[in-house]
Amino acid sequence: MTAALQVERLNRAFGALPVARDINLTLERGARRALIGPNGAGKTTLVNLITGVLKPHSGRVLLNGEDITALSQAYRARRGLARTFQINQLFRGLTVLENLCMTIGERDGNCNNLWRSAGSKRVVIDEALDHLESLRLSEDALKLVRELPYGRQRLVEIAIAIAQKPRVLLLDEPAAGVPSSESHLILDVVAALDPDIAVLIIEHDMDVVFRFAKEITVLVQGAVFTQGTPDEIMNNEQVRAVYLGQEGHRGGRHG
Amino acid sequence: MAASDIMSATDPGQVRERAAEYLLKRHRFRLAECLPWLLAIAVFFVFPDRMTFGSQVLVLVMFALSLDLILGYAGIVTLGHAAFFGIGAYTVGLAAARLQWTEPISGLFAAAIVAGFVGFITGWFLLRYRGLTLLMLTLATAILLQETGNLRSDISGGYDGLPGLAFKPLLGVFDYDLYGHTYYLYALAALAVVFYFVRRIVYSPFGQALTGIRENVRRMHAIGSPVHRRLVTVYTIAAAIAGVAGALFTQTNAYVTLTVFDFDNSAKVMVMLILGGTGRLYGAFVGAAVYMVLEDYFSKLSPTFWQFGIGLVLVLTVLFARRGVLGLFESAGQYLTERKKP
Repeated sequence: MTAALQVERLNRAFGALPVARDINLTLERGARRALIGPNGAGKTTLVNLITGVLKPHSGRVLLNGEDITALSQAYRARRGLARTFQINQLFRGLTVLENLCMTIGERDGNCNNLWRSAGSKRVVIDEALDHLESLRLSEDALKLVRELPYGRQRLVEIAIAIAQKPRVLLLDEPAAGVPSSESHLILDVVAALDPDIAVLIIEHDMDVVFRFAKEITVLVQGAVFTQGTPDEIMNNEQVRAVYLGQEGHRGGRHG
Repeated sequence: MAASDIMSATDPGQVRERAAEYLLKRHRFRLAECLPWLLAIAVFFVFPDRMTFGSQVLVLVMFALSLDLILGYAGIVTLGHAAFFGIGAYTVGLAAARLQWTEPISGLFAAAIVAGFVGFITGWFLLRYRGLTLLMLTLATAILLQETGNLRSDISGGYDGLPGLAFKPLLGVFDYDLYGHTYYLYALAALAVVFYFVRRIVYSPFGQALTGIRENVRRMHAIGSPVHRRLVTVYTIAAAIAGVAGALFTQTNAYVTLTVFDFDNSAKVMVMLILGGTGRLYGAFVGAAVYMVLEDYFSKLSPTFWQFGIGLVLVLTVLFARRGVLGLFESAGQYLTERKKP
């Protein structure tokens, strides 16, 4: 069976600084993989390389067996690759419902229509409301995104990704910036994702990582340091030294 | 009805129904929308001797409307929109002077096609850029076109332009009259048609996608939107509309000179839009009317320093009414309805 996502010997440098060094990574269908590593290890860079925000200097990215290395970000998204951003990227001046309708509209190609009235397709609105309901965002449907507290906005970020009906989902620190009293809401949503979707999650909170992930990849200085099951990683002396050892900064969710 | 009222319903099915209604209702025709059109018709009867001035305002409303489509909705900042106005103006001008093609309505279509074509080509290249780069490139486009016209003054008439153009009677019946009555109604009809198109586009899913690009282009890429294609499409449409406005300009004035390509013209239409309010359809109407009336008033007050007055009003608008005159009205309306509530 072809893997949902395959990254082969990916390289990228910013000037003289290598930020991705021969990265190999495979997500099988329905995978639950965590990507961990110290600040500046190149985790977000890797997400940007996979989604096409950045172009690699060498190496390949395969989505369901198709080589997408040279293709645009938007094309990859339409082929089933979705992501959330570490810092919210939402339509702040629009309502939550419109954020979702926009996503569904672009997914289904409705947005090529210049003539029909935007609110006239009930199926779109119904689907958008379904997504909001499943994330318990219904009551915020008609509020402007910028009026929501940050934690709720993080949920909208995830709702958009889910509404894309992805086959591969990359979550870049979904609970970043959310007070721990609310972060469990977001993590519940992540845990309840469709088991068919292959998920790669970047997360600093080790409790979350060990609870959620079946496999873990450790990234250090742009290269894959090691990968394995949570148990293997936990018992790996070297990983403890470079990463788990400095576990003191659990609250500092940046980088 | 405010969004908060809708969501106060408790039954989830009801919430659903109302949310859908809310999205749909925002695009329905509101009674207040009749106002500018009734006003335009009233002007025809009240100021029969100011019809030439009136036609100029209508032409500029259409020009500003085309800029609103790209600036107000898609967030494309351009300082060269006069390029398309000029192309439209010269399409009918040259067709009349060199080819004896003087039928006015087909002239509008020709102008739309030529300007739209140039918009498509330049947009394809320029819309990869944003911000200051785009600003300079659009500005350069307009200057290049103007200089091309100047270079081939044997065809374009150079800075003397093409004077004394004569057009066939409208629909073969209504002739051009000295007071511009015919052309005022003609321009008004053309504006109504164009406005209908723009209104449909703005409220279509495509129009929503444009708003998305303006709000957050990174997110649009991430949800799979073909951003460049969307921008080129709307740029082409806006260019075609600006071309129609330019064609009307030539037809109502019966002459055209290379000054239509001037930077002044690009800047003026942006000032109008900012005065009226961007991204709100009728901002173009209010802005063009306010600008023209101010210009008329200030230039009578002081023929040399009238631009100072416009500048002052613009500064005040940008400082205290970021959403333009129309935005002020909206805020006032909101304030009043909120005060009425118990």
